[in-house]
Amino acid sequence: MSAVVNSFPGTAQALPAARMSRAIPDQSLRKQLRLDQLFRHATRFFAFLVLALLAGILVTLFVGSLPSMRAFGLGFFASAEWNPVTERFGAIVPVVGTLTTSVIALLIGIPASFGIALFLTELSPTWLRRPLGTAIELLAAIPSIIYGMWGLFVFAPVFAGHVQPLLTKTLGPLPVVGALFQGPPMGVGVLTAGIILAIMVIPFIASVMRDVFEVVPAVLKESAYALGSTTWEVVWHVVLPYTKVGVVGGIMLGLGRALGETMAITFVIGNAHRLSASLMAPGNSIASALANEFTEAVGDLYLSALIELGLVLFFITLVVLTLSKLLLLRLARREGQST
Amino acid sequence: MDLYTRRLLINRFNLAVSLLTMLFGLFWLGWILLTLFKAGFGGLSAKLFLEMTPPPGSDGGLLNAIMGSLLMGAAGTLLGTPVGIMAGIYLAEFGSRGWLAPVTRFISDILLSAPSIVVGLFIYEAYVVRVGHFSGWAGAFALALIVIPVVIRTTENMLRLVPDSLREAAAALGAPQWKVIVLVTVRAAKAGIITGILLAIARISGETAPLLFTALNNQFWTSNMNSPMANLPVVIFQFAMSPYEDWHRLAWAGALLITLSVLALNVLARVVFRNRTATY
Repeated sequence: MSAVVNSFPGTAQALPAARMSRAIPDQSLRKQLRLDQLFRHATRFFAFLVLALLAGILVTLFVGSLPSMRAFGLGFFASAEWNPVTERFGAIVPVVGTLTTSVIALLIGIPASFGIALFLTELSPTWLRRPLGTAIELLAAIPSIIYGMWGLFVFAPVFAGHVQPLLTKTLGPLPVVGALFQGPPMGVGVLTAGIILAIMVIPFIASVMRDVFEVVPAVLKESAYALGSTTWEVVWHVVLPYTKVGVVGGIMLGLGRALGETMAITFVIGNAHRLSASLMAPGNSIASALANEFTEAVGDLYLSALIELGLVLFFITLVVLTLSKLLLLRLARREGQST
Repeated sequence: MDLYTRRLLINRFNLAVSLLTMLFGLFWLGWILLTLFKAGFGGLSAKLFLEMTPPPGSDGGLLNAIMGSLLMGAAGTLLGTPVGIMAGIYLAEFGSRGWLAPVTRFISDILLSAPSIVVGLFIYEAYVVRVGHFSGWAGAFALALIVIPVVIRTTENMLRLVPDSLREAAAALGAPQWKVIVLVTVRAAKAGIITGILLAIARISGETAPLLFTALNNQFWTSNMNSPMANLPVVIFQFAMSPYEDWHRLAWAGALLITLSVLALNVLARVVFRNRTATY
């Protein structure tokens, strides 16, 4: 009791000494107060450090890419040339490669993740939910270099031997999309990279979807069931509209992951600085160009061009991840209001 | 076909597809793990842990790479964890007012998913260029930057799970705030925070991209953190991309080793967390 009062040094002195038999000396109190302040400032310093970190990364990459910016200006984003010998560099090939692989990953990953989230929240028997959820999360735990090795040595040959000829035969003759599927089945290439990327983003998108599906109030779902809806109708007309924002947030999170993925893509994309209409052809992405060329880059301009690529990548992912976070926050806020 | 049958069929069809997507996800996990065991199990021998990485065509192990990974992983964890825990404490305990906490939380969550290769670039520009050579420390710094957001996120979440009544009880006994936090809140959330650290270690033990231009690689044994250092992921990358059959075998063994340790850490983290939360 007395200790509580004593945590206010001013009042401690005012109390009669008789009741203060076990009082804490003033000096110790002041020390604790100082320690309190020290502790608070220390934790604040480390929180601030995180902000400084982001600023530091942006500034460092910006400074590092200055020579390249001076040399190429905005032309950097309009040129598909990448020639270390003549020191002419343009970002189109890797940027297009990064975007294409990520789009393929999302095209496959979104429906698959939705199905998995649906299965985990609505269909699965309760005792299976945890192990299955964990298994999907383990997919995210496997290091990306493992995906790369497996993709290069196991998946690519199977893909080239069985799937690619089939795609060329069935989709190749089609008028517009046909061009995407023509070319020799090499196994490595943009399409392979996109598919492996899809497997890698599934756990991220699926776990966000599962989490947001779980916040849907049971009352809403039960009302729909009471009106005679089927499970699918409940999911499609009640759960999905309610969680729309969160689902989009999850997809953006997956996109952010896909854009920055490095090692898996480096193994299977083929690393060719060529723009090609076919998805079967080898290409390059920003991250894999960095992983492959950075340590071997000679000349300041070459290095600087690579760093500028890194800056572009960082910037794109920052924008995508920020959007994702804002959307998820919006869902969380609405959730807070409704309860 | 009447409306009811149609709705029923649509429902059955879509749910069946949902089951198929689940199997689709499990299929890849199974295939990858199966491949790893088949290709890597043969390479797991005592030699792997006792000999250095060989030149192509001769026998050897991965000792220097394993040691390098352990050293840099340990240094990265030791550097990153305190920063993450302190920042997490700030967010959970002092973060209810002001602009710093929400902004930090936001940035930290973004850094959590930011491309790790950019972290490597940053350390290269900020440290490697300054000191003039690749080094184990540079690798450790890069890994520490990846550890920080993971630890922040779990620390904050776990501290928030601690009921306020515990804090109030401690304060009512006269404990100053730093004692309340260090001796009561953090201790109550200890299991969760350890889970976060384990997950962070799991995350960095497979990271390759940030080590490529920081720690580089080294064919020989070194425990000097100021020199380029071999590490498992980069050695796997180099060996797998090479045309040599025996290097491939070592790469698969290394890949199995990494995956097993990452999966074990993940499972361990879950067990630690579940055991602790069960007692609440």
